[in-house]
Amino acid sequence: MNSQLQPVPWKLHLAVLAAALAFPFVFPSNFAVNFGVLALFYAFIGQSWNMAGGFAGQLSFGHVAFFGAGAYASTILQLRFGMSPWAGLPAAALAGALVGGVIAVLSFRAGLRGSYFALITLAFAEVLRIIANSTDLTGGGLGMLIPMKAGAANFQFAERSGFYYLILLLTLLSVALAEWLRRSRFGARLAAIRENEESAMALGINVFAEKVRVMLLSGALCGVGGCFFAQYFLYIDPTIVFGVDKSVEMLLVSIIGGAGTVYGPLIGAVLLALASEGTRAITQVQGLSLVLYGALLVLIIAYLPNGLIDLFKRRPQPRKETR
Amino acid sequence: MTSHSRITRRSILKAGAAGAVLGVPGLSLAQAKSIKVGLLHPVSGALAYSGGQSRLGGMLAIDEINASGGIKSMGGAKLEALLGDSQSRPEVGVSEVERMQQEGVAAYVGCFASGIALPATQAAAKYNTPFLIDVGVSDALVSRGLKNVFRLAPGNGKCVDDAFAGLAEVNKTAGGLAKTAVIVHEDSEFGTSTAKLLSAKLSGIGLEVKEVLKHATPTRDFTNLVLRIKAIKPDIVIMSNYQNEYVLIARTIYQQKVDLAGMFSVLGGGFNYKLVKEQPEVAQYMMDFNHWYNPKNPKALDMRKRVEAKDNLFTFEVYCTYNSVKLFADALENAKSADKEKVIAALEVSTWADHFMPYGPTKFVNGQNQGGRAALLQASRTDIDVVWPNEFAAVKPVFPRPKFS
Amino acid sequence: MDPTILAAAAINGLLLGGMYTLVASGLTLIYGVLHIINFAHGSMLMLAMFGVFYLLTKFGIDPYLSMLVMVPAMYGLGYAIYKGVIGRLSSGRDENILLITLGLSILIENIALMLFKGDSRTISVSYSDTMIELGPTLVPLPKLISFAVAMLLCAALALFIQRTDTGRAIRAVAKERVGARLVGIDVDRIFAISYGIGLATLGAAACLLMPIFYVSPTIGHVFVLVAFTVVVLGGMGSFLGAVVGGMIVGLTESFGGLFLGESLGQIGISLIFILILLLRPSGLFGARR
Repeated sequence: MNSQLQPVPWKLHLAVLAAALAFPFVFPSNFAVNFGVLALFYAFIGQSWNMAGGFAGQLSFGHVAFFGAGAYASTILQLRFGMSPWAGLPAAALAGALVGGVIAVLSFRAGLRGSYFALITLAFAEVLRIIANSTDLTGGGLGMLIPMKAGAANFQFAERSGFYYLILLLTLLSVALAEWLRRSRFGARLAAIRENEESAMALGINVFAEKVRVMLLSGALCGVGGCFFAQYFLYIDPTIVFGVDKSVEMLLVSIIGGAGTVYGPLIGAVLLALASEGTRAITQVQGLSLVLYGALLVLIIAYLPNGLIDLFKRRPQPRKETR
Repeated sequence: MTSHSRITRRSILKAGAAGAVLGVPGLSLAQAKSIKVGLLHPVSGALAYSGGQSRLGGMLAIDEINASGGIKSMGGAKLEALLGDSQSRPEVGVSEVERMQQEGVAAYVGCFASGIALPATQAAAKYNTPFLIDVGVSDALVSRGLKNVFRLAPGNGKCVDDAFAGLAEVNKTAGGLAKTAVIVHEDSEFGTSTAKLLSAKLSGIGLEVKEVLKHATPTRDFTNLVLRIKAIKPDIVIMSNYQNEYVLIARTIYQQKVDLAGMFSVLGGGFNYKLVKEQPEVAQYMMDFNHWYNPKNPKALDMRKRVEAKDNLFTFEVYCTYNSVKLFADALENAKSADKEKVIAALEVSTWADHFMPYGPTKFVNGQNQGGRAALLQASRTDIDVVWPNEFAAVKPVFPRPKFS
Repeated sequence: MDPTILAAAAINGLLLGGMYTLVASGLTLIYGVLHIINFAHGSMLMLAMFGVFYLLTKFGIDPYLSMLVMVPAMYGLGYAIYKGVIGRLSSGRDENILLITLGLSILIENIALMLFKGDSRTISVSYSDTMIELGPTLVPLPKLISFAVAMLLCAALALFIQRTDTGRAIRAVAKERVGARLVGIDVDRIFAISYGIGLATLGAAACLLMPIFYVSPTIGHVFVLVAFTVVVLGGMGSFLGAVVGGMIVGLTESFGGLFLGESLGQIGISLIFILILLLRPSGLFGARR
């Protein structure tokens, strides 16, 4: 996969960070900031998928299960138990990790891999969706509406830029985690598992434990994304937060950008957000915008099979010895 | 070195492209006085049909207003449509609200679906831009204290209240023969909230709810559900669901020959001219409480002809959006300006009666038009008639419907 | 619970299963041979159903008769799509093929939206509502016919795979791609043929479903997940599996709906899916990998 890329230079990290921080000042309209929030949001949850799907090679189609778990956990605590919405962030992380752990343990114990694993995650997400649709705790089909009460204490920033900087912080956190993953021994073990599970086992790696660990991490992050989403849009229901659309977006963003790389999900998210916004401007004919979007997807996959990160590949150099 | 600068150039290109999409205001450096109306509907995705019909209605209104001289109190200023596609997803709806705001929209008309309208109206509230709800019936839409939201058509609660009144009267006229009911609803916000309201109050009009059956959207087969109804033997069935499931259930009931005094729906998704055209035997005698035009109003009939002449169906989405746009135009006339505060003030005291809905002059309280109401409709093998309330009805309801045996 | 209700639910479940077998048979072949999760399967079914719809409304051709047109047409379409798009653009990687089929499904769905508009269409033919008495329950004739054809179709496909040369080549490629190439099989052509057959079954499925169902640009979504469940349950590449899997899923859905309601009852399908994957991922009749 993309493990052959050279590490990203510090200057580039800084440049991207500076650009991201400056963004709401350069483009202060709500439209632009909203765009920025959504692009970063998809980058964030895409990065959460990337940890399991890209770095560890465990392609999941049901990541929305963790997302929805986080969204509902934080919203339920807020609406039914009167807790502060900020407490929702750790609660969501816990919920996401819990669901991630359960799914991981069950699936990996049974030895599921590749498309079997992908399909079972899809089924788990669907089960959660149906359950959320049938219980009073989650409001069932009615969904949950968070009352509007602007104010940072309520996790409802009066200015969109508040949300922007929060999601930027979260995204930076996820990038840092991804960078750590790339450099650490944990990450190296995951890479070994991704390349060939049998060989990894032969090397003495406890494949099961490592895979569960990465799913716990991935689930926790994804859950946090769910909490953020709930606070940004103030309305969730089973279809919105457990529907398959988000699972697809997460993996799309990572694979298009470059799965298993640190910046892949960011690049993918920005591009897809631009594509979505750009094609939607052509809305005269029903459906034309999505035709263009679908065509774009097919073309990108066809000509950049490793993701857009291919565009940034340096020319092949003799590999330096790694640490 | 070379690789670095290659990256840098690409980043700049990307930033430039981003800027082009984000930063530049809409290119309608228009003739000085065009007023932008944002038509925000789900024209792609699961709700594409309804979105398309809504957009059609909105465009018809704008074209008509412009053709007859624009907004006269503003020197003949024309309306300009800004088309938005929410792609049947709430977050896209919000993005479109922001995009249109960027392009200087004076008012929004949308969103067909309550789930999209809820966050979209909230986004618009930041700018205090008037938001006219065309179809979304969730009562939460007008109970959040948002001053910019106005809804011409009735909400869920009102539709259900109308359903009671109508049911009670139809039942009474038939000698009170209906005593038991089964409610069938789809399991998302729309069906669940409607069913909740219904089951709470049906006993108040002498109807016992024997069972409430909920189903998913989509559902592929309703045989079991219908057999359950058959086993319960209620006098009436009341449905609240979307088009495809509505039609499947109706067909299955017809096929299984379930004898009922009446099949009703509240805001029935599949109750329209298409059902009558494609499945006349199934449609016959079905009844629906829904948004409908006043059949005694010649303007409505004329519009129906025009729409059908272009091979489109005259569904409620069309005229609900049409009238919402015209409501906005009326407010513009009264406010003599497109200024948001003034328009909102004009809407708050509006007494517009030139719609062809069975509503009377408008009167908004907390954004809800008090006159908005649903009508009871019944299908025949060739058409759909209003059978209640009496002042708008052309035809008497057939109740009970003939048995299959 | 009243035994007649249970019997009715069982019969209904089997008939439902027949519908699912129809849709899943092509998918199991495609998965079994090409090892790709064909996301575009649902949108292809949608195209085929629109084909049947227009053949009836514009040319008056009865849906069952139009099988003579639809099956070869869909075969050609499948072959062309594989050769022109999937085979050429996916550079063979699993997740890329997956994404290409995903992109294709978005493309096709929205092209259909542009061409046909968003509303759902139904058809009504003379036998649409003819009911046959089957024990304790009334069954629509089209459902019985679709069940019968589903069984025949799977039998025919199984025979084809077992007895013909092409079928043998397909089995070889499914089992061992590289080895098949080594013995001179044109693997790419086999892929195209398999994809073509997979879509051809959808042509037949469309003809049988239209009298029962409806068509809209998004109808694909309604069947895709169930079809996958059947394929996984039955075992990828097994037509007997598609039949048995279809029956089991249909029965589960029917009884799930009966006991848990048509909303919560849907959970049965996903639970079966999960259980099968946890306990026996190769499915009931699939080759152990």
